[in-house]
This record gives sequence, structure tokens and C-alpha cells, in this order.
Amino acid sequence: MTTVIDILSWVLLLAGSIFVFIGGIGTLRFPTFYTRLHAASLTDGIGTILILGGLVLQAGWTLAAFKLLAILVFLLLTGPTAAYALANAADMSGMKPEENEVSEVEK
Amino acid sequence: MEILGLYNYWAYVAVLMIGFYAVIAKSNLIKKLIGLSIFQSAVFLLYITMGKVDGGTAPIIQAGVSDQIFSNPLPQVLILTAIVVGVSTLALGLAIVVRIKESYGTIEEDQIHLLDHKS
Amino acid sequence: MVTLFAVFLLTLLVLTAIAVVQTKNLFVAVMLMGIFSLLMATVFFILDAADVALTEAAVGAGISTMLFLATLALTGEHEKPSKKGPWISGLVVAITSLILIDATFEQPYLGDPMAPVQQHVAPWYLEMTPELMDFPNVVTAVLASFRGYDTLGEVFVVLTACIGVLFILSAGPGAPNPKSPRIPTAPSVGLRHHLIPRVVGKLLIPFIVLFGLYVQFHGEYSPGGGFQAGAIIAAGMILYALLEGEKQALKVLPQSVLIGMVVGGAMLYGMVGVVGMLMGGNFLDYSVLSSNPVSGQQIGILIIEIGVGLAVCGALLAIFHAFAARRSVG
Repeated sequence: MTTVIDILSWVLLLAGSIFVFIGGIGTLRFPTFYTRLHAASLTDGIGTILILGGLVLQAGWTLAAFKLLAILVFLLLTGPTAAYALANAADMSGMKPEENEVSEVEK
Repeated sequence: MEILGLYNYWAYVAVLMIGFYAVIAKSNLIKKLIGLSIFQSAVFLLYITMGKVDGGTAPIIQAGVSDQIFSNPLPQVLILTAIVVGVSTLALGLAIVVRIKESYGTIEEDQIHLLDHKS
Repeated sequence: MVTLFAVFLLTLLVLTAIAVVQTKNLFVAVMLMGIFSLLMATVFFILDAADVALTEAAVGAGISTMLFLATLALTGEHEKPSKKGPWISGLVVAITSLILIDATFEQPYLGDPMAPVQQHVAPWYLEMTPELMDFPNVVTAVLASFRGYDTLGEVFVVLTACIGVLFILSAGPGAPNPKSPRIPTAPSVGLRHHLIPRVVGKLLIPFIVLFGLYVQFHGEYSPGGGFQAGAIIAAGMILYALLEGEKQALKVLPQSVLIGMVVGGAMLYGMVGVVGMLMGGNFLDYSVLSSNPVSGQQIGILIIEIGVGLAVCGALLAIFHAFAARRSVG
């Protein structure tokens, strides 16, 4: 049983790392602000869930597992909020997705 | 691992010198304060590095577990208070920068010197 | 494995520091400083300094970023290219680094248990803490009791810095004028029109304050204590000020209360020492506070940690409000 849980947790951790890695590449390589934000949200969402899920499986039924779940809840609340605040701030400062796309690619 | 035994110290020297460079080479006062913060962080890193003991854990004694190895608590105490004191003194520096900006209209050191020599 | 991780983090730390100094946009530099602090906190944690990591994360990444941003709002975020040649400074830095690198070869290797720094008082602290105070966190014991004088001094430095900031920022052309209340501009209204950050932020504030109180009162058993708790609670209140506007935040905790917290906290710490003296002990010797020396120590540490927490929280919030109330000139 422990081996199954161990393997499952490693699968989750690896999958999470891959998503975070792809998110990181996307944040660096995408041309415009909004597409970069989209890539970064990958890290916030599925990456967090998978990695913390894997860690919870590693921790078992302990206080650490509860703490990890609490961290997961907070990250799932704050991550999208931060992304929203960023997008909103960009929108308010006059950066529109369409115009911006062309101008930044040319750079 | 022998060769990595000094890596922390090299990182400390690198960070310290980057902060030092910002303090002496940049003329923007806020940049100087940022450099000072980096410099300060490097000193923190040196202290904490010195307190580490191989195979040790954070110095919190667990009940019922004998012959644990603990890292040195003393540098940690010194740095813990230094961080909070550091941010208060940073605030003092920033307050002075704000006043300089109001009185001189700039926070670039060379321009402030120019204005001083004019009057 | 941990060594590899530490080397990676330290390299990242150096690269971040270079990026901070390189960039011409001060706003970017401040954001990178936040990342730098967070990396530093992780490095501290790897080096077994859990208390320090907690402090660095709360203060370095939270409060000092906030202070820098408040200053940038008043001074502008673009750094003008420096005219003076970087060669001479570069030379000085290069020579100093060579000397320092040469000196590192004399240092004991990382984690060497026979290093001189591990031989002095540290083993004594580790040995005597369970006996004299009977609680597990040695860092709190050293901070509050063995080296109580030091900490008292630090609290008074925080108090002095707070007084200095309030003096500097309450005069001059940008000083807040009580007679003509300023027109509510964007920062003073807060994020009232942005529903999502506001709702989520308000949801989080109670948890942040609760966590701060936990860190304050559980500091003898787990990483924590007055310094961290003060910074965390101050960060929670600053978040409230950002969401609801500075005016509303000052209604909840007026400046007079904050100054009372700073002075009261520092005085509380000093008074514990004086009470100890009156009861026949030395200054800041808590064992006389109760008939049982161990519980006396515990009572004394609890009270002075509260004093530290009050002083730090009050000072950071008073400094924040002093910056936020400043009007931009020119």
C-alpha cells in the first residue's frame, strides 16, 4: 500500500513540476503581457494543486498534511486574485490585448 | 563535497560586493538604499552560514528525542533582531530620501551636488 | 541533494542581486528585491534558521517592498544614467572581492561541528534551555532571556527609528495638512472599486492576524516570537489599508494608538526588567518573577515577547502611515 501511495505521490509531483516548468518557459517566451499572464496562471493553478497533492500523500495523515492543505486553499485563493489584479492594472493603464500584440512582437 | 564547503562564503562575497557596487557606483539615492539592503542581506547570510552544523536541525528541542544535533542558535538570534532593525533604519533612510526629493526636486546624487554648488 | 538545492538557490540569489543593480527602472528593482528576499528566506531555512526565515519572509518580502513602493510613489521610478565612470568603483569592488575570497579559504567548511563559532556559548545555551526555561525553542530562549539586554536595545532602536521617520515626514512641503484635508486620490480610496481583490483580501486578513497571534504566543514551542508576529500583523493591517483606503485603516488603528503601542511595548519590556530588580534579582532576570524560577522565566519571556510584538507592529504601521499620508510635491 505504501509503495502505491509513494508512486502516486511521485507521479503527482513530477506532473506538477512539468506544468510549472512549462509555465515558466511560457512566461519567458510568450510575446505579450496577457499571454505571459496566461502562462503564469498554469503555475498557480494545476501546478500548485498537483505538487501540494503529491506532498500531502508523502506526509500521510499528519498535521503537516493539514498545513499543506491550508496552504493549498490560500494559494488557490490568492493566485487567481493576483492574476486578476495584474490583468486589471494592465488594462487600466491602457494596455489593450489587440494593439499590444502587434507592437510588442515587432520589438 | 569538500569543494562546495566554501560555496556559501563565495555567494556571500558575491552578494556583498554587488551591494557594495550599487552603493558606491550608482548616483540614484533609492538605488543606493537598495544596494545597502543587499549588502545587509549578505551579512545575514554570512552569520547564518556560520551557525550551520552538519546533520543539524533548527534549534527546537523535541521532547523524547535524544542525541539530536542542533545548529547554533546564537547567530540566528542576532540576525533575527537585525532584520527588523534593518527595516526600521531602511525606513529612516527612505524618509530622508523623500525629504531630499521635496527640497531639491531630484534624488540623483550628482544633480544634488550641482545644486549645492550653485547656491 | 540538499547541498545541490542550496547551491542552486545561492546562484539564483547572486543572479537576482545582479539584476536588481542592473535595471534602470526602480519599480522593477524593488519587485526583484522581493524575489531576492524570498530566496534569502529559503536559503535561511535550508541552513536550519527557521525563525530567521520567517522574519525575512515577513519583513524583507512584505514590509520593505511596501516601504520602497511608498517612496517610489513620491519620488518617481526612473533612475537617470549615472555620468560618473564605473571604472574606479569597479576596481575597488574587484580588489575588495579578491581580498574577501582569499579570506574565505581560511574559513571552516560549511557545517563543520568543530568550527570555533560552535565551541563557545552555543552548547551551553542548548544544554541549559530545557533546564532553566523548560520550553523547546532555544532561539526564543536566547533572544528573550539569555541575551535580553541585546533585544531590549534592538527594540529601542526600532522605537528611535520610528520617532525619526515621524519627525522627518511630518514637516516640510509635503507634510499632511490637517486643516485642508486632501482630495481623496487613488491611493487613499484604496481598491474599493476592485471587487475581487477586496473580497479575497478581506477574507484573508483575519487569517493573517490570527496567524500573527499564533506566531506571537506559540513562539516558545515553534519558530516565532514578537518580532515575526509584529511584522505579520503589521502586514495584515497594511493589506487592509491598501484595500479600504488609508483613512479607514486609521479609523481602526489611529496614529495615536500606534505610537502608544510602540512606546508602551518598549516600556513594557523595560518594566519587566525593573520589576525583576525590585523583586531582588538582576535587571532582566526573570527567575524572581515567580516562586518557581522556571515559571518565572516563562512569565517574563511571555511578557517581553508581547512588548516586542507591540513595539514592532506599532512602529511598522506608524512608519507606513507616515509615508502614505505624505503628499507628492512637484
